[in-house]
Amino acid sequence: MHILLALQDPNTQWVLMGCVLLGVSSGVLGCFAFLRGRSLVGDALAHAALPGVCLVYLLTGSKSIGLFLIGAGIAGLLATYCITAISRHTRIKEDTSLALTLSVFFGIGIVLLTYIQHSASGNQSGLDKFLFGQAASLVFHDVITIMAVAAVLIVTTTLLFKEFTLLSFDPGFGRGLGFPMGLLDGILMLMLLMSVVIGLQAVGVVLVAAMLIAPAVTARYWTDKLCTMVILSGLFGALSGVLGTLISTQQENLPTGPTIVLSATAFFLFSLLFSPRRGVLARLARFLRMRKKVLCEDVMQALYEKLEEQTKRSPTSFYPGFSAEHLAQKSGKRTAAVRKAMYALEKRRYVTERSRTKSEMLWTFTPEGLTEAHRLVLNQRLWDLYHMNQNQYQDLEIDVNQEELAPQLSDSTLSVMLAQLRAYDLTPMLADQHGVSHLLQPSNQGGLSL
Amino acid sequence: MNTFLIILTGSLVAASCGFLGCFLILRRMAMLGDAISHAILPGIVLAFLFSGSREILPMLIGAAIIGLITVFIVQMLNQSGVKSDAAIGVTFTALFSVGVVLVSLYTQQVDLDLDCVLYGEIAYVPWDTWQLGGVDMGPRALWGVGGVFLFSLVVIGLFFKQFKLCSFDPALAAAIGIPVMLFHYLLMTLVSLTTVAAFESVGAILVVAMLVVPSATAYLLTDRLHAMLFISMGAGVLSAVMGYFLASWLDSSIAGAMTAVAGFLFLLAFLFSPRHGLISKMVARKKVQLGGA
Repeated sequence: MHILLALQDPNTQWVLMGCVLLGVSSGVLGCFAFLRGRSLVGDALAHAALPGVCLVYLLTGSKSIGLFLIGAGIAGLLATYCITAISRHTRIKEDTSLALTLSVFFGIGIVLLTYIQHSASGNQSGLDKFLFGQAASLVFHDVITIMAVAAVLIVTTTLLFKEFTLLSFDPGFGRGLGFPMGLLDGILMLMLLMSVVIGLQAVGVVLVAAMLIAPAVTARYWTDKLCTMVILSGLFGALSGVLGTLISTQQENLPTGPTIVLSATAFFLFSLLFSPRRGVLARLARFLRMRKKVLCEDVMQALYEKLEEQTKRSPTSFYPGFSAEHLAQKSGKRTAAVRKAMYALEKRRYVTERSRTKSEMLWTFTPEGLTEAHRLVLNQRLWDLYHMNQNQYQDLEIDVNQEELAPQLSDSTLSVMLAQLRAYDLTPMLADQHGVSHLLQPSNQGGLSL
Repeated sequence: MNTFLIILTGSLVAASCGFLGCFLILRRMAMLGDAISHAILPGIVLAFLFSGSREILPMLIGAAIIGLITVFIVQMLNQSGVKSDAAIGVTFTALFSVGVVLVSLYTQQVDLDLDCVLYGEIAYVPWDTWQLGGVDMGPRALWGVGGVFLFSLVVIGLFFKQFKLCSFDPALAAAIGIPVMLFHYLLMTLVSLTTVAAFESVGAILVVAMLVVPSATAYLLTDRLHAMLFISMGAGVLSAVMGYFLASWLDSSIAGAMTAVAGFLFLLAFLFSPRHGLISKMVARKKVQLGGA
């Protein structure tokens, strides 16, 4: 109800419009800043704009947003130049020179601002509101300016999209293709600067940086394609603008800038947790699944090797199966974990209960399980062999991050490796057809079948 | 007397910031200092709301907690795959927004002026005094800043070797069994404490200048950590003193003027440092060219 009421107020409509446009343009540009690893440049530019704006006011005495744009632009360029000059000519690192430049510029700006305020020249009252942000004070005239700048920014981005893509991912390659990368970088900085300056009035110096960063980081969670990312980021920016403005109309004393930033942060947090591929929850699920898989494989390997020891000792001996405790000892896992893995494996019909003592189930493989375990153990031993004799295989192209080794080998290399395994007496001997099926038969006579 | 108190407070702020800032820039965490100085705002406001007064101790505790939370969140985000600069940016702006919202909602209760938070008002320091058992103890801010300064001197002094090693070679430090993360968080605690103590006098935003600029100046002038610490403190104090007079000449913000002077000192070091300065490097290059010719 309140929201509908608020929306009918023409002033709110202007503010809303302004904030949406700001959100879109800074969202779009933020993507490129983010990909260039320059998220905090927006912060530096916003702080550096202060002395420029104050100087323009001192010189002209007018509060036109267009003139402020020019002043802030010049100061921002100077600051950018300082940042690169300091990190190029001294051993001071990029982040320090960023912090240094932004704080010194801001300090000078504060000096100028207080000088203006104390020199009482009449109509300076809106100046600090301009700098510390008050979206509610946006009027028709400001929104027109914002609209014009946002339009320029979005059109330029669209026209230079290919070039900016190149700039974000491989500037060296772009230079090789003959694109003027320095110029493009300059254009990008200039555009960032423009979006910062039009943002200043709505959200203030500190929070302008958030409008550049948060939507871009959020969009990154949902896509791997730059084009989609830019659109999504603009969308998130616009949504934050709408949401923030509406929330701030609902409560007295609630400033618009911070609520916009908090809305953007809320989108970010949501994506951080729930995005389908990169989200924390998705990754946690992946991790747990992986851990379970590794546990199951380790347990199967332990069971297989136990079985191997058993048959080596005497091929037709008394075989009651192995308890979870035995397997825990063999594999170095906790007994409870092994038991859990056993139940999981039983569900997949890889293992089965062979017999039981008073307190403990004793396990053995099913034929499918044995085949699977054979495959696992063979793979594991091939890897061991590979790592042991790595320099012997160094001319092979092996991706050690792949799970299986055998498919990566040529037949001849594989046979060499298998021969080596045999020489070390490491060939996994047990497979279903090698006459061990009697070891797998479930016994009903308490483990006495032969 | 008031002039002296203001300059003394400013110098103490500059000295303690400059001292800690050296470790920050050596560990490439300058922007983390910036982030903390913004992010502690909600901590301060909450401390106001809970304690109902402007006592320095609850504020210090609130700020230290939020400061550590900030560092922790940045670390978590970074580990979950967000680039470190973006992680810093998202975290501190969000926390700062929370702070601004709290200030705006509870303006009546907390008696906290946003402009004052942003760029501080050191000129009021002499009038905000506190009393102990009826005795006037002098400016509250002076006690806060001085106390934190002494505290960080003691902590860094006790663990100087560890801090030094962690700053230059964290991997080696970890290998010989120094709890690197513990010292990381200890340093961040000190930075948060200093920030909040300085916040009343130089404002949240200008603390970062005192953290970074004098230390960067010192970094250009020496290769030894000991010397760097002293030069950094010296440059900070010099900026405070000269900044005060600049500000009274221009009738402008003292904190801003301190920063401007600090920036000027950095510029001097940038140009004229005997080994790392622009001009000495150019001279050296000329000599090499002449020698080659």
